[in-house]
Amino acid sequence: MAEASPDTLLEIRGLTTGYGATEVLRGVDMAVGPGEIVTVLGSNGVGKTTLNKVLSGVLPAWTGDIRFAGQRIAGQSAARIVEQGLIQVPEGRKIFPNLSIRENLELGSYRRGKPNRARNLERIFATFPRLKERAGQMAGTLSGGEQQMLAIGRGLMAEPLLLILDEPSLGLSPLVVEEMFGLIRKLNADGLAILLVEQNVVQSLEVARRAYILENGVFAMSGASADIAGDPELKRTYLGL
Amino acid sequence: MYSPQIILEAMLNGLMTGAVYALIALGLTLIYGVLHIINFAHGALLTCAMFAVWVAWAWLGIDPYAVIPLLVPLMFALGYGLQRFVIGPASHGDDGNILLVTLGLSIVLENVLLATFQSDTRTLDTDYSFQVVALGPLLLSFPRLIGLAVAVVVTGLLWLVLNRTDTGKAIRAVAREKLGANLVGIDVPHIYAVTFGLGCACLAVAACLLMPTFYVNPRIGGAFVLVAFTVVVLGGMGSIPGALLGGLFIGVVESLCGLFLGDSLGQLGIFLIFIAVLLVRPTGLFGAKA
Repeated sequence: MAEASPDTLLEIRGLTTGYGATEVLRGVDMAVGPGEIVTVLGSNGVGKTTLNKVLSGVLPAWTGDIRFAGQRIAGQSAARIVEQGLIQVPEGRKIFPNLSIRENLELGSYRRGKPNRARNLERIFATFPRLKERAGQMAGTLSGGEQQMLAIGRGLMAEPLLLILDEPSLGLSPLVVEEMFGLIRKLNADGLAILLVEQNVVQSLEVARRAYILENGVFAMSGASADIAGDPELKRTYLGL
Repeated sequence: MYSPQIILEAMLNGLMTGAVYALIALGLTLIYGVLHIINFAHGALLTCAMFAVWVAWAWLGIDPYAVIPLLVPLMFALGYGLQRFVIGPASHGDDGNILLVTLGLSIVLENVLLATFQSDTRTLDTDYSFQVVALGPLLLSFPRLIGLAVAVVVTGLLWLVLNRTDTGKAIRAVAREKLGANLVGIDVPHIYAVTFGLGCACLAVAACLLMPTFYVNPRIGGAFVLVAFTVVVLGGMGSIPGALLGGLFIGVVESLCGLFLGDSLGQLGIFLIFIAVLLVRPTGLFGAKA
C-alpha cells in the first residue's frame, strides 16, 4: 500500500467491520487526496456499501483508523461526520419521497452549508435545470435518473470536501449513465474530491485517477487506473476478456 | 322532532368538543406517522397534563388559559425526555418493545397519579365555566368556543412548523427515509424525541382547553384516547389535516347521537363509524395507500 502523503483528505488504515459475528471488511487501507477521483470497484456483496457505511458513521468500525481532513472520524456520529464535509450519496438514492424537490435540497444543508443555502440552491438548479422545473413536485414522482441527480444535488448542498458516490449508475439507462459520468468529471474539474464506488468497471476506470479492487473484504489490487485497466487478471475477472 | 335551532346548536357544540378530540388525535397521529408506533401512554400523559392544570388552578390560582404558555414547554420537555431517555433506549429498536414500554409507562403514570391524588374526581369552576355567547338565536358555550379557536390555531401552527422549518422538514424526512436523513446529518433520535415532545405539547393545550368545562381523575385520559384513536383511523394514520377534520366530524356525530339517543349513548355513533371505516376504507379519509 502506498504511504499516504500528509495532505491526504481521507486515510483508512487496517479497517475491519461487519454485522453481528460476520466480518465483512477484513483489514482495508486506502487514501484519497484533495481533488482526486478514486474508485472502489468490486462485484455485489464484497463489502463496498459496508465500507461507505463505516465512512459515514452509520456502522461502527471494529478496528482500524479513519482520518478525514486531519481528524479521526472513526467512532463519530453520522451528523458529526457530515459537519466535517464528508458527504455520501447512498446506494438507492434514499431521497425523501414525501418532500418536494426544493425541500430535499434544503435538507442537504441541514447540518452543513446552511449560511450559503440560497446561493448553493441556485447553483444546483443551474446544474440540473430539470430539478428547477419541478422544484415544487414531490421527489417520489421523479424518474430514477432524476432521483439520482437530486440525491447528488442534495449532497452538494452540504458543500462537501469529499463526495462519496455509491453506485450512482445503478438502474439507470445507458444514456443517463453517460450523463452521470459526465457530471462526475465536471464536479471533479471544479475541484471536488470524489470517491466513486461502482460495479461499472470500464467507465469508472476512465474517470478515476486511481482505483482499488475490493474482493471478499480486502483490496485485491490497487494503483493508477490506467495500470489496473491494463491488468490481464482484472480483464479476465471483471470484463470477461 | 327537534327544532332546527336545537339541532344546529348540537352540531356547533359537537364541533367545539371535536376540536379538543382533534388536538389529542393530532399528537397521536404525529407520533404514529413519524415513529411508526402507537403510543399507549398518550391517555396517561393527557391525564398528567389535566392534573397539572388542576394543580395550577387549585394550589397556585392560575387560570387554565394562562397555563397554556407554561404547560406547553413543560409537556414538550417531558415528552422529549421520555422518548430520548426511556422509550427509545428501552425499545432496542424493536417496535414490539416500544408498544410494551409505552403501555408500561401509562400504568406507572396512572398509578403515580392515583397515589398522589386518590381516585377522586376533581373539577375547577372558573367564572366563565358556564358562560354562554349568543350567536344570533344560538347560545354557545364560551369555553368551548375558545377551545375551537385555539385548536384551529394550534393545528395551523403545527402545520407551519412541519412545512416551514428545518426541524419540521427533518421530521417529515425521518418519517419516510431514516438512512437518507442520517446521511444529511439529521440526528434521528433527536428528531424522534422532538416529535414525541410535539405530540405531548398538543396534549398540554388540550388539557388547558378541557379543564374549564370537564373533570379530572387518574383514569380520565383513556376515554379521550379511545375517541382519539377513532379520529386517527377516520382521518388516516399519520395525517395532520385528517386528524383535524376527523376530530371535528367525530365531535358532531357524538353530539347528534347524544341528542337523538340520549346522552349516555352519544359515543355509540363514534364506534359505529370506527367499525364502518375499518370495513370500507381502512386507510381513512386522508391516509396514504398501503
